Amino acid sequence: MKTPPVTDAGVDTADPVIALDRVSKTYAGGVHALRDVSLTVRAGELLAVVGRSGSGKSSMLHLMGTLDQPSTGHVLVRGHDVAQLSDRRLSAVRAHWIGFVFQQFFLAPGRTALDNVAEGMLYHGIPAGRRRTLAAEALDRVGLGHRMAHRPQEMSGGERQRTAIARAIAVRPAVVLADEPTGNLDSAAGAGVLSLFHDLHSQGTTIVVITHDPVLAAQLPRRIELLDGRVRSDSGVGVVPEGAPR
Amino acid sequence: MSPAPLPRTPRLLPADLARVGLAGMRSRPTRAILSALGIAIGIAAMVAVLGISNASSADLTNKISRLGTNLLTVSPGRDLFGDSTQLPVDAIGMVRRIGPVQSATATGSVPGATVRRNDRIDPLASGGIAVVAARTDLLGTIGGTVHSGVFLNAATSRYPAVVLGSVAASRLGIDRPGGQVYLANRWFTVIGLLDPVALAPEVDRAALVGWEAAGSLLGFDGHPTTVYERSPDESVEAVRSVLAATADPQNPQNVQVSRPSDALQAQLAAKSAFTSLFLGLGAVALLVGGVGVANTMVISVLERRPEIGLRRSLGAARGQIRLQFLAESVALSGLGGAVGVVLGAAITAGWAAYQGWHVVMPVTVLLGGVAAAAAIGTAAGLYPATRAARLTPTQALSTV
Repeated sequence: MKTPPVTDAGVDTADPVIALDRVSKTYAGGVHALRDVSLTVRAGELLAVVGRSGSGKSSMLHLMGTLDQPSTGHVLVRGHDVAQLSDRRLSAVRAHWIGFVFQQFFLAPGRTALDNVAEGMLYHGIPAGRRRTLAAEALDRVGLGHRMAHRPQEMSGGERQRTAIARAIAVRPAVVLADEPTGNLDSAAGAGVLSLFHDLHSQGTTIVVITHDPVLAAQLPRRIELLDGRVRSDSGVGVVPEGAPR
Repeated sequence: MSPAPLPRTPRLLPADLARVGLAGMRSRPTRAILSALGIAIGIAAMVAVLGISNASSADLTNKISRLGTNLLTVSPGRDLFGDSTQLPVDAIGMVRRIGPVQSATATGSVPGATVRRNDRIDPLASGGIAVVAARTDLLGTIGGTVHSGVFLNAATSRYPAVVLGSVAASRLGIDRPGGQVYLANRWFTVIGLLDPVALAPEVDRAALVGWEAAGSLLGFDGHPTTVYERSPDESVEAVRSVLAATADPQNPQNVQVSRPSDALQAQLAAKSAFTSLFLGLGAVALLVGGVGVANTMVISVLERRPEIGLRRSLGAARGQIRLQFLAESVALSGLGGAVGVVLGAAITAGWAAYQGWHVVMPVTVLLGGVAAAAAIGTAAGLYPATRAARLTPTQALSTV
């Protein structure tokens, strides 16, 4: 399933998808969520950002996802400084390049899995018919081809999270940011989601998993440990599967 | 390495915007209906007020144009000392000789004469019915019609025959011609009953006898008390300016000239004043409805912060979030407006049918109702939508 590690040279040629350059985040009231953090996520990586609550990992997710701006330093998404982009541009960056997976799934209760996934492409300028085609493909990729017409309340937690993952990957973004994706799941469903991440990774999807769970993090090729807003350790660039895009 | 080209920034497709705007209403139908109801009531009130006042003034305008505004009346006034004056006996002939005048006729009251059902009734119980001498061409000029029987003609004018105005007939309890009434101490035969005369209500309360009979049988002196005159519309003012001097060349200052249709015009103006008042009340109802929609939208934005956060993370720009909530507010009010217009039109149609009017429902009022609702929706949605758009994605997501 997993492809063998590529050479250092191969890694170097992989484009940085997200780069944090000496980033700090201070909130009103003087809370330092991140201090002087630098790190690069390259195309094709599967990495974990791990830390206890309050370590700044949520702030890091928001900064990586361009949902928030750093207090100092620069966040670059595919070479573009986030601070230089207008809200409109930034929204398009999120739409096309970044897929989010949340702990709470955020699925609309009354609507089918297919509709929920298709809704994820609302802001891409894709006509409704094409959205449904892409949504069906994405649901197939996460193994929910048989559950398309089901509503979230008719699905298990694992299936709901896989629907949310399908929504995140439907337009094949440059990176998927997953915020505690197994936090609301039992261990079996959590393992299923993790195995899905490995599958998607082997197909070339870049995935960043934010988690408080060291056991989960240990199963991923690269781990970045946060403590009190600083990078405590970085296991180094991990596995980029062969044939990864770019 | 050069940065990847930035993705394009597409607009929301109109169909998607409509769907997203309606989604909020679909997910909470009861709340949507209740807040749309406020708008519906306001719009219905305004449409009904406009519709009913339109129908009733159309009815009145119709009546005025049917009756004509070219009828002028001349009657004696009072002299300097406050005494009643008289018009000259030949006033009719002189008025008729004014160039543009098409027809002129007159009535003359017979002083002291009363009309009663029979000779047993107290002479003082006259019922307010005036005995009036009428020319045979009276009806044509004042626009009156015979309800039943016939009007006075050259022959019956010489004999004790009487035609009763509508009010006079009902006060005397006479509903068909052929009977007799006791008029100035002798019996007169009722030969006709009149319909109500809108421009000359004084005729309704009169018992009309022939000019000659009045002279020979009742001692009528031949001085007309009201001269009626019609001329083409365009020369009414010209005629009016010379009428007093023509009718009584010696004492033109003692002559009163009036235009009976002015009373109907005044009625029309009074109606439009009432319409403005009711319209104002309707606008207040609409305003309250708008506040209700704004309230609903503010709550909706508070409740749906996670949805806003999700949409922002899916790539919705601030403007698209604002547009979504504006669309929802407009849809909410528009729904209310549409229901209100239908309701208002139904009320108007019902009332008009009850009054026997023609239903006049201007399309501008109907479209205006929906447009007003949409405008209210925009105004009501502006603040909540701006609040929704101003939420940062992290604020919106962190509320869970």
